[in-house]
Amino acid sequence: MAKILIPTPLRPYTDKQDAVDASGATVGELLADLTKKHAGLKAHLYNEQGKLRSFVNIYVNDEDIRYLEKEATPVKADDTVSIIPSVAGGVETATAVSPKPRSGEGGLPELTNEEIKRYSRHLIMPEVGVEGQKKLKASKVLCIGAGGLGSPAAMYLAAAGVGTLGIVDFDTVDFSNLQRQILHGTPDVGRSKLSSAKDRLNAINPNVKIETYETALTSENALELFAPYDVILDGTDNFPTRYLVNDACVLLGKPNAYGSIFRFEGQASVFATKDGPCYRCLYPEPPPPGLVPSCAEGGVLGVLPGIIGVIQATETIKLIIGVGEPLVGRFMIYDALKMKFRELKLRKDPDCPVCGTHPTVTTLIDYEQFCGVMPAAPEPAAVNSATEITSVELKQRMDRGDALKIVDVREPNEYQINRIPGSELIPLGDIPKRYAELNKNDEIVVHCKMGGRSAKAADFLRSVGFTKVLNLKGGILDWVEKVDPSQPKY
Amino acid sequence: MSSQTLTITAAVDTAIRLHGQETYPHECCGALVGRDGAATAVVALPNTTDEGPRRRFMVRPSDYQLAERRATELGGELLGFYHSHPDHPARPSQYDLDHAWPTFAYIIVAVASGVAEAMTVWYLQEDRSRFEEGSLNHGKDSHSDPTPAVHG
Repeated sequence: MAKILIPTPLRPYTDKQDAVDASGATVGELLADLTKKHAGLKAHLYNEQGKLRSFVNIYVNDEDIRYLEKEATPVKADDTVSIIPSVAGGVETATAVSPKPRSGEGGLPELTNEEIKRYSRHLIMPEVGVEGQKKLKASKVLCIGAGGLGSPAAMYLAAAGVGTLGIVDFDTVDFSNLQRQILHGTPDVGRSKLSSAKDRLNAINPNVKIETYETALTSENALELFAPYDVILDGTDNFPTRYLVNDACVLLGKPNAYGSIFRFEGQASVFATKDGPCYRCLYPEPPPPGLVPSCAEGGVLGVLPGIIGVIQATETIKLIIGVGEPLVGRFMIYDALKMKFRELKLRKDPDCPVCGTHPTVTTLIDYEQFCGVMPAAPEPAAVNSATEITSVELKQRMDRGDALKIVDVREPNEYQINRIPGSELIPLGDIPKRYAELNKNDEIVVHCKMGGRSAKAADFLRSVGFTKVLNLKGGILDWVEKVDPSQPKY
Repeated sequence: MSSQTLTITAAVDTAIRLHGQETYPHECCGALVGRDGAATAVVALPNTTDEGPRRRFMVRPSDYQLAERRATELGGELLGFYHSHPDHPARPSQYDLDHAWPTFAYIIVAVASGVAEAMTVWYLQEDRSRFEEGSLNHGKDSHSDPTPAVHG
């Protein structure tokens, strides 16, 4: 037998007694006996999962049981056990995502009969239930990008009944997107990704409010765009935007359901929660520009974003309904070739420039500059004839019979898709060891897909003494468009 | 449905508003002391949240015990707590609901740009599903404009 002191708000459940005797050898047993005697206490002390609510403090004499053995803390007959409320509250933030009530007096929105039927497989699971479904209905999620990751994530979030789904994108649907961006179909090619996405998501679930933002995400608009949302889902494919999303999430205290994909490998984590690390704790600095290729340059297995995007959606749903163990402080790496998941532990870095104890980044910065990416230069009015050649000029000179050595610096699999007649394949990575195969007296035209890699090849060749090197402006894509439309684009 | 009523004196009304204005842009918090649905005194308490006081408040256990003791010393009971919502409406958040205790009266005062505005009172429903708004009954000499009291 030990004495349990009852705080004022719980006394109506103990016949107004401020102290109740209960039996048990541990705190857990004592509380079980207490709630058996006074059943009305249970809902206020324990949550739906049967765990003590976070704002219920149990003290044995003067010690908080959290620092003893929690509910297994032994209790002697002359000990005094106190139930002491933590009184807490505040306005909405999304550190532990608490969707705003959108209707009703301070509660969550009701579900319609149609919604009850639609979400029945959720409702019968105790971890989701009516309460969790209402939280989903009250929640707002912002997807950055309606591409590879954004497609499956947005579709599942819409199907799951997230109340408001925002999408930021400014691209149009291209044939090369269809291999993985399942929000969009063949008839959508040429449409804006946002209108295509909106149609698809409305078809999946007309109850979801789709907010579209046809704009590039910038340091100027990010905070305002993110502000109304509970969770931000990062489906971007470049470093400047990734750092921008991270920093804006940290500054606003909103969780970032992060994912990235490349070839056969994907990564996912949840950043910027209250106690968890952020993207900068993992990568304080971006890689040098050009070191890590994008999907457009390196390719990606079409199903890969399906897996990673759905992990992001899963984490988003868990954050909203508050169940399970979120992917916070853990960095998941998926290898599709080996079909293996690995997990790295991540710690919040106290010296992190944005989420550390003394942050140096307190507003959004210029992320293009931070990542060493030069802003797209305005198109020069004329081609620099000393270093560049256009596809039309190249064709004219080939037709004239000029002696030109055309070097394709792409990869062999790209060479199989299309090529300029008479060109020789020397992939960019092989140029330093194979340039001796080329004659310094020849006039050399280098090309790649769009002109980036071949510019590097041209610079290298000039650095080793080649004087007559021209870069094909716009690469083979420009050639196919202006000279030989019979060949495919990729 | 009969809603609960909390009567507050002019002094309580003013004290809560001033506390909210003093701590703006942070949230203030404190205990309501009185008897039989009438709050006659407040106990201002420190906001000990570690989640950012602009959006959260937290009364630590030792201050809760202090509030209970003060209530007894003042010859009353602990009726509930008040807190401010800086630049947010005087409506309970989901976070408030998740952390609410039964039978307590929760007063929320909205403080917009440093000026206390609407004040409301809320009670947790028995099944914890939502808050129900109660009626806040002001003493006959209470006023809703806090400004004269600032320097007064």
